[in-house]
Amino acid sequence: MNNLRDNRLVKTFAGLRTAGKKALMPFLTAGYPDLETTAALLKDFEARGVRIVELGIPFSDPIADGPTIQASYTDALDGGVSSEKIFEMVRSYRSTSLTAGRSGDGSLALVAMVSYSIVFKHGVEPYLADAVDAGFDGIIIPDLPLEEASELEPLTSSAGLANVMLIAPTTPPERRLEIARHSHGFIYYISIAGITGERARLPEESIRAVAELRTHTDTPVCIGFGVSNAETVAHVCEVADGAIVGSAIIHRITDAKDAPRDELVKKVGEFVGELLKSII
Amino acid sequence: MSENEKAGYFGPYGGQFVPETLMSALAQLDREYHAAMADESFLAEFDRCLREIAGRPSEMYFARRLTENLGGAKVYLKREDMNHTGAHKINNTLGQALLTLRMGKKRVIAETGAGQHGVATATAAAVFGLECDVYMGTEDIRRQALNVFRMELLGARVVPVTTGQRTLKDACNEAMRDWMGSVEHTHYILGSVVGPAPFPEMVREFQCCIGRESREQMLQIEGRLPDTIVACIGGGSNAAGIFVPMINDDVEMIGVEAGGRSMGLGDHAASLVAGEPGVLHGARSYVLQDSDGQTAEVHSVSAGLDYPGVGPEHAYWKDTGRVGYTTCSDDDALDAVVALSRAEGIIPALESAHAVAEAMKIAPKMKPEQILLINLSGRGDKDCNEIADILKRRKK
Ligand SMILES: Cc1ncc(COP(=O)(O)O)c(C=O)c1O
Repeated sequence: MNNLRDNRLVKTFAGLRTAGKKALMPFLTAGYPDLETTAALLKDFEARGVRIVELGIPFSDPIADGPTIQASYTDALDGGVSSEKIFEMVRSYRSTSLTAGRSGDGSLALVAMVSYSIVFKHGVEPYLADAVDAGFDGIIIPDLPLEEASELEPLTSSAGLANVMLIAPTTPPERRLEIARHSHGFIYYISIAGITGERARLPEESIRAVAELRTHTDTPVCIGFGVSNAETVAHVCEVADGAIVGSAIIHRITDAKDAPRDELVKKVGEFVGELLKSII
Repeated sequence: MSENEKAGYFGPYGGQFVPETLMSALAQLDREYHAAMADESFLAEFDRCLREIAGRPSEMYFARRLTENLGGAKVYLKREDMNHTGAHKINNTLGQALLTLRMGKKRVIAETGAGQHGVATATAAAVFGLECDVYMGTEDIRRQALNVFRMELLGARVVPVTTGQRTLKDACNEAMRDWMGSVEHTHYILGSVVGPAPFPEMVREFQCCIGRESREQMLQIEGRLPDTIVACIGGGSNAAGIFVPMINDDVEMIGVEAGGRSMGLGDHAASLVAGEPGVLHGARSYVLQDSDGQTAEVHSVSAGLDYPGVGPEHAYWKDTGRVGYTTCSDDDALDAVVALSRAEGIIPALESAHAVAEAMKIAPKMKPEQILLINLSGRGDKDCNEIADILKRRKK
């Protein structure tokens, strides 16, 4: 059943582990402020040494997101972004790897963060097939908990897509292990009981919980929600395989939204560059 | 029906499509709810609250003049508008407030559209000494100003929601986001038979007092059950509450959704009549959305029906054909407000007026010995400003 041996996300983490390295995983709202900028940011991040990016598929009603990401979703949807257009952008990003041999060459591992409302509407199998075909390597469906995911898991694996599952601070111990067993690519540990947004400090219980979790699983564990600066990235990566940074990046995109694209990409890229330094 | 055996599902509808963060709270709620329903002392206490606080049982009223005017079936009204706080919503909030105490939680949150569920939650919170925050879209704060004042007078905080269309769906999003961060000490009192399991079943059970009383009252007054029951559908709680105790009887059931301005997407809130299967707010049901899965805009003159989803059990009843679903336009609902006010001296809520309008359509086609029961889910005091504005505009 496991068709994930050649999965780019799985291989990227394996490579990082062998090299004793950690992953900085920037989150981008696909199509915010527009898809061309998202594509430019992917290339910039890649050139700076990022290996994995999470792409949020905008949704009208994101329950797990705070004001920063919500607003970026609303803005992207107002601009006419849809799953289909995002897939097209990813496909064209991938195709650059055929023409260029340097870094920034379209070989990032890409993970889609998408509401089950969207996946269900398109039909689960067609959606997964389209995502893989476009060039996605993993999928996170934050509103599809263990109980509802049993049908999805074999479909993602046979499509060659890593189904990344989430563990929350409120998840009981045994259930954590159960989720860990069903998560592919990596395990997404949510650092705080709450919604996305920048936090000055992360709860130490979460850091301890991830350390504990890593003794039970070989699947990489990454921490997201609230990770917002070089210090928190470094702190998180003392125990985790990687850190996911979302709102802190989106808010910098928002700040530079009215600037020319090059300038926005440079500003946001420099911030990501700083974060990268903290894990090397 | 093997799928029906899956807990939290009604056929293929229902489920728990929520972030992992909420799953342990839903598991706790599910445990406590089922334990409570098997606990005689909980049921006795709930019953006492329904009597002493809500003022139950509500009357079964024969609408003599309306019946004469329509010239067909005998029309009865189940007077949920006579409940304390003015609607059926209090039945559910009392039940969930008792569960909140049972779970040892000290704070409740709620979403509200018409403000009736907000007022009912604020009332239950006052009765039991719970902290209470109610999320409400700013468009609804505008159209339901009286209820905003009532909630605040009752000691609740009304939190304005400015995202999306600033109505019920957006208030529901915001309440869920609050719950994501407060779940360990806060209970979310959802106001209808929507959301992730166990909410749809639990809210239905707390509302079933409506149908159980109606059944008894009908048998007592007429010696038989009604031929047809009509109820309006927002999320579907007043309808489920009156339907379920007679669902296995030979009684025709009709749910009336908001037909709004027109049947074009964005102009109405008829999820069952015009929507398709989808996922919203934690459950699979009928949803109004676009082809990409984004929730569509909705409209209704009535804030309590202005919602792009519907309870999963209604989706199941639609597919099985057990309940018929139809729509009523904004205009017809307003006409029904006027008609019922003049015929019976009862000003219905705009939500309930949707059911009255449908009854006015079908009663004349029924025989005089037939019985048509309307669930009059709430009273119209809260809507008077809005109705006055619209009637003024109409005159011009
Ligand atoms: C009087 C009244 N009736 C009906 C509704 C719709 O809700 P439901 O369909 O859950 O009964 C509302 C909601 O606010 C209401 O206030």
